[in-house]
Amino acid sequence: MPLKLNQSEFVVERDLNKCISCEVCVRQCSNDAHEYDADDKTVLSEASKCVGCHRCESLCPTEAITIRKKAAEFKDNSNWQQAHIKNIYKQAETGGVLLTGMGSDKPHTVYWDHILFNAAQVTNPSIDPLREPMEIKTFIGAKPEKLEIEKNDSGFKLKSKLGPHLELSTPILFSAMSYGSISLNACKSLASAAYSFGTFYNTGEGGMHKDLQHFAKNTIVQVASGRFGVNRQYLRSAAAVEIKIGQGAKPGIGGHLPGEKVTADISSTRMIPEGSDAISPAPHHDIYSIEDLAQLIYAIKEATDYLKPVGVKVSAVHNIAPIASGIVRAGADFVAIDGFRGGTGAAPQAIRDNVGIPIELALAAVDTRLREEGIRHKAAIIIAGSIRSSSDIIKAIALGADAVYIGTAALIALGCHLCQKCYTGKCNWGIATQDPYLTKRLNPSIGTKRLSGLLRAWSHEIKEMLGGAGINAIESLRGNREHLRGINLSEIELSILGIKHAGQAW
Amino acid sequence: MHKNMEYEIDAKDMHYRILNSALKEIIKNAAPVKYADAAKSQNLQAVNNKIYGQPQEKDGPLTISLKNVIGQRYIGDGIKGNFKIKIYGVPGNDMAAFMDGPQIEVFGNAQDGLANTMNSGKIIVHGSSGDITGYSMRGGEIYIRDNVGWRSGIHMKSYLDKFPVIVIGGRAGNFLGEYMAGGLIIVLGQQGSAGSGPEDLGEDKNIEDTGGKKFEKTYYFEKFYSTSSSSVVGDFAGTGMHGGKIFICGDVDEYKIGKEVKKAEPDKNDIEVLKQYINNYCSFFKADYEKMISGRLKNFVKLSPHSHRPYGKLYAY
Repeated sequence: MPLKLNQSEFVVERDLNKCISCEVCVRQCSNDAHEYDADDKTVLSEASKCVGCHRCESLCPTEAITIRKKAAEFKDNSNWQQAHIKNIYKQAETGGVLLTGMGSDKPHTVYWDHILFNAAQVTNPSIDPLREPMEIKTFIGAKPEKLEIEKNDSGFKLKSKLGPHLELSTPILFSAMSYGSISLNACKSLASAAYSFGTFYNTGEGGMHKDLQHFAKNTIVQVASGRFGVNRQYLRSAAAVEIKIGQGAKPGIGGHLPGEKVTADISSTRMIPEGSDAISPAPHHDIYSIEDLAQLIYAIKEATDYLKPVGVKVSAVHNIAPIASGIVRAGADFVAIDGFRGGTGAAPQAIRDNVGIPIELALAAVDTRLREEGIRHKAAIIIAGSIRSSSDIIKAIALGADAVYIGTAALIALGCHLCQKCYTGKCNWGIATQDPYLTKRLNPSIGTKRLSGLLRAWSHEIKEMLGGAGINAIESLRGNREHLRGINLSEIELSILGIKHAGQAW
Repeated sequence: MHKNMEYEIDAKDMHYRILNSALKEIIKNAAPVKYADAAKSQNLQAVNNKIYGQPQEKDGPLTISLKNVIGQRYIGDGIKGNFKIKIYGVPGNDMAAFMDGPQIEVFGNAQDGLANTMNSGKIIVHGSSGDITGYSMRGGEIYIRDNVGWRSGIHMKSYLDKFPVIVIGGRAGNFLGEYMAGGLIIVLGQQGSAGSGPEDLGEDKNIEDTGGKKFEKTYYFEKFYSTSSSSVVGDFAGTGMHGGKIFICGDVDEYKIGKEVKKAEPDKNDIEVLKQYINNYCSFFKADYEKMISGRLKNFVKLSPHSHRPYGKLYAY
């Protein structure tokens, strides 16, 4: 059938005046889009194999290559768009589920872009973070109902007993990405950046690799339905434990690392046989209710002697507010909520693009609900699901988050170009692949520097914006929605977000 | 320092947190001291009075007996080492979760979540256990004298020298061995199952050893499973299975097994493995090994997966 024609998404342009046939592009492309023709001594390209990762374009020494989006070759149709037609061709041929990677690229409303932050003028002075102290330290864990302080000879002493918590130098953590979904060099970069910056990375459900064990104090370990790599030592060595219920990119869907990706090293980290599928079922079969969730939370707390925070990660779904309330009541020390624009290494496209709700609305609904019920202090809220900039973070904190998880942003810092082909395992940037030829392209010490650089830049921007609003401690901004105004939002959107429209005064 | 010591805790009216921290303290110190730490704001005296700490000269590893256990959860979660715990009564949910090494013997029934994600160790239950017995177990052995509930042995996985085994004397509920990725489940189908009568098991002599209470034998079988079906496992056995083996005594109807598994006769090696674990079972529960295997080994069927990659062709690349 000739239906496979017209499948190429990109045009590979090669300026033959500039091309020196050095074959860098040939070696760099794991998708075999470029090929050297020894007879003609020229490099040829096959656009249908191009995934648009821009690796060749970035590394071409003479800038001979340009990758462009190919214009629609189908007749214009607002209903039957190009993607629909191509997907049907592909599925008719394979009979398979469409897979995709990273977060949804569909043009749903990004509420961060409809929220504006405040600044101080005249009636309260703004603060300059370059010359005045600015506190963005963040604690993740349950907070006491009230603080009791006693005075003794040496001064004041905190009388209230504080539960276990994580101390972050900035309200940013790296979200869960397993060794298996990303390369060990990518994991090392995340772990070591978390360590040097004073924050945390998350193992995902891939277990803790032996090379990363010395970063354990900066590690949040995940317990997912497959329990890969979970044992006593894994739980006890980590800084915190996160029970993974759901992920924003694929709510209600489990994980599935295909057997061919379960190499010797991954098998030993996940503690499963080599070459065997690593299946994480969608549900935890020991959790059918909030009471069951409480049981797993407390089983983990018992196994770790109540020494570390235990949290629960869920995806933002329609009923998220009561679900989060249940999670807090079940005894979680933090709730991580992943919005529907959140990334993934592999998810069915139908689910990634159509299931769940945006994190901004979920966060506002959860924070409001927990406050109404008087239990907001009992757990920290970490949000995830496409945090693109420091301004997204400051808006999230004003909406009620304690901290944010960044996944996609961290990978972009490591070189990701969002080609969304993570699931193929052929990542040319050495991130979402286990092929040693490709993974060596990502140098962990450079990766660490780049991630630390991103955290430093964003932290400083957060301080600038805080100072501009006349606030010198991020704690004063948490849930302080008066500092936010909506723009181009309907009344119902404003009321869910709990903010006024731009132009409305206090 | 754990050698030759035996301790006893009276768990009557004791909250699980106190019980479990007392247990951990003994394991840590091999001495019944410092319960102030364990009890914190609780009534220390009341707790201390329930721990009988006279070390007794005994051969073998440290042994801790928990008497009058009545539903306390999380007993033995995350404990590690070489020692024995004897539980008299009914321990609560999630017993021995994440456990690594010890042996726990329960004189009574166990509840849900027994040995959740256990890494290694041994559990012997003189009775039945509830749902998700051995969930995601990576290593160690579980012997259940009677029946198990639903979703037992699901997600079991073997890894290097770790090889998890569950031996079930009676029947298993639905979804036995779902998603199983490694290890072994044996269902002996004793008691009211195909071709065997209640007398098959023989007398479990240990049942007298229940801390003063006579353990009623009728307590554990037919009442738990009143199904009239002749099959010893429930529906959906081995659904999503992609590693390991399940041996079941008595035929299993095709409709009861998952589409990812095939049914076969155990081969010679399988029979040897079976004999070994049946022998263990009989010695723990004082059952008659010869009687147990004579003429019955041929009744076993083996369930094993068609593929280690059951969902390999699900996706369009």
